[in-house]
Amino acid sequence: MSKAIIEVRDLTKKYGDVEALRGVSFQIDEGEIFGLLGPNGAGKTTTIEILEGMRTADGGTASVSGFDPQKGSAQFKRSVGAVLQSTSLPDKIRVDEALSLFAQLYGTRADRTGLLSRFGLQEKRHAFYGKLSGGQKQRLAIALALVHEPRVVFLDEPTAGLDPQVRREIYDIIEELRRQKKTVLLTTHYIEEAERLCDRVAIIDHGNVIAMDTPRELKQRSAGTTRIEVSLAKPVEAAELRALEGVADCRTVDGRTVLHSTRPPQTIVALVKHLEAHGNELQSLEIAAPSLEDVFIELTGRRLRE
Amino acid sequence: MRHVWTLTLFRLRLAMRNRAFLVFGIIIPLIFLFLFSAVFASKGGPAVAYVLASVLAMSVMGSFWGLSQQLVIFREQGILRRFRLAPLGPGTMLVSSIISNLILMVPGIAAEIAVAHWMLHMDALGNLLSVFVLSALGAVTFATLGLVVASVANSMMETQVINQLLWLSFLLLSGVAIPLPSLPIWLQKVALYLPATYLVTGLERALIEFVPLNHLGAELASLGGSSVLAFFVCQQIFRWEPEEKMPRQAKLWVAAALVPFLLLGAWETKQGGRLSEARSILHSTFAERPAQRSAPAAPPAQPNQP
Repeated sequence: MSKAIIEVRDLTKKYGDVEALRGVSFQIDEGEIFGLLGPNGAGKTTTIEILEGMRTADGGTASVSGFDPQKGSAQFKRSVGAVLQSTSLPDKIRVDEALSLFAQLYGTRADRTGLLSRFGLQEKRHAFYGKLSGGQKQRLAIALALVHEPRVVFLDEPTAGLDPQVRREIYDIIEELRRQKKTVLLTTHYIEEAERLCDRVAIIDHGNVIAMDTPRELKQRSAGTTRIEVSLAKPVEAAELRALEGVADCRTVDGRTVLHSTRPPQTIVALVKHLEAHGNELQSLEIAAPSLEDVFIELTGRRLRE
Repeated sequence: MRHVWTLTLFRLRLAMRNRAFLVFGIIIPLIFLFLFSAVFASKGGPAVAYVLASVLAMSVMGSFWGLSQQLVIFREQGILRRFRLAPLGPGTMLVSSIISNLILMVPGIAAEIAVAHWMLHMDALGNLLSVFVLSALGAVTFATLGLVVASVANSMMETQVINQLLWLSFLLLSGVAIPLPSLPIWLQKVALYLPATYLVTGLERALIEFVPLNHLGAELASLGGSSVLAFFVCQQIFRWEPEEKMPRQAKLWVAAALVPFLLLGAWETKQGGRLSEARSILHSTFAERPAQRSAPAAPPAQPNQP
């Protein structure tokens, strides 16, 4: 049985009148890739930054590798590596100097050449930080987080704002961390990222964990249904469409109607007939297998990227 | 200590890549030296030493500009929070910035003394040990004051405003831009409460009267005392993150940094020795050339006396 390396119990945090965390709890086993999935402002970054020792919680407890992050001991800092969502380095520091600097600060002899080639930065080793592209900066940030071989790696929105090609490169790096048995906690609002990379996912919204399981188990909640997303010429009450054949659930999200159906062909036929009868018109229709997004919509009635 | 040295080397490297260091650290002070000498000490001799004391003081006082701005930039750009992840504390960050500033000041100070001696015909070098110790201690004092400013200010704009106010009061009231005895009596008494005054009068005594270190007790005590206190204060109120607010109680620490100067100013006001010595130095230096270092506001030939 795996041992929990990160334990979080009833974390609370307020920024003025805003409750960022309202009792977040979860455990992460050693070697696990755990995702915090939620929309912007859900409390993901606050949670991860409390675990990194960058913020103090108002209530609850947290333990990482057996250390209290709030105390910020040197042993704690040596046991974790982190890629922060908003951070930078001086423009005039060279790539290999940055690796060397942080290796020295952690008191390790990093294999700089190995790290540079592993993160595709060999050609940029003498380049100034200010001259790197967004993807190169992010790869360097990950290399810096791993320079001291930490047991736990925190990745806060590691692919936010990056193009699909660079995003895939970052996914490969995270897959490599899995092979190295590192424990990874990553936050994301990309469904595909959580589905592809995470062993387990906690869906977080308004400072609460509203669901937590493996991506497969979470999607099982919508199992047996197919998502039919339609846009209509005139708005229709969701309750009206719930009565259609095969419809298990119906919601209006961002002005579009999302139906979950156990019998898609019958539902589509019934929908078209219903619209004709009411002088309405079908403008577009998409059919897909349920995803974590559907789980989120079912739980909150909103999309992740609102 | 190892981390202090690692960060000091990192800061030195960054400074050497920054043209502003060459411009503001060496070229501009030399331009001032040539300019002031041409106006006030065209025939060389002790008048050059008097001008040199002002230019040296100006270079040393510049420490608080550089350090406060750098710390605020590092905080605003998220560079500090990257360092926060490493096993090091605020003290290490602060000490490394003070030491690197001290090292970077040496070439400028040496160049100003060399130019004054060999190009501007300053007849004697004064007590060089006293000059260097006062300059070094002054650099530490003004660097720590700069770090206090950076910890108090919430943005670069605020830093600029506070720096301008301090810089102008140091420049105009301490004897750097206008000889101290030329100021109205009440302003001379106000000047006794400024750290810059002890630096300027100390440098004048060391350069013109060859005063050895053991006779610069008040200057060394005031600069040293305030360095220690200001360092303690900036350690207490250090902020890694731009959004971190300074606790109200911490603002009292800022006031505490001023205590040595309040005490010394009160003591000097009672004794009256510093102002009379400043008058004596000005008189002896410009006795034969009374108009050579006259300030626009008040000619030094007729110093104000209580």
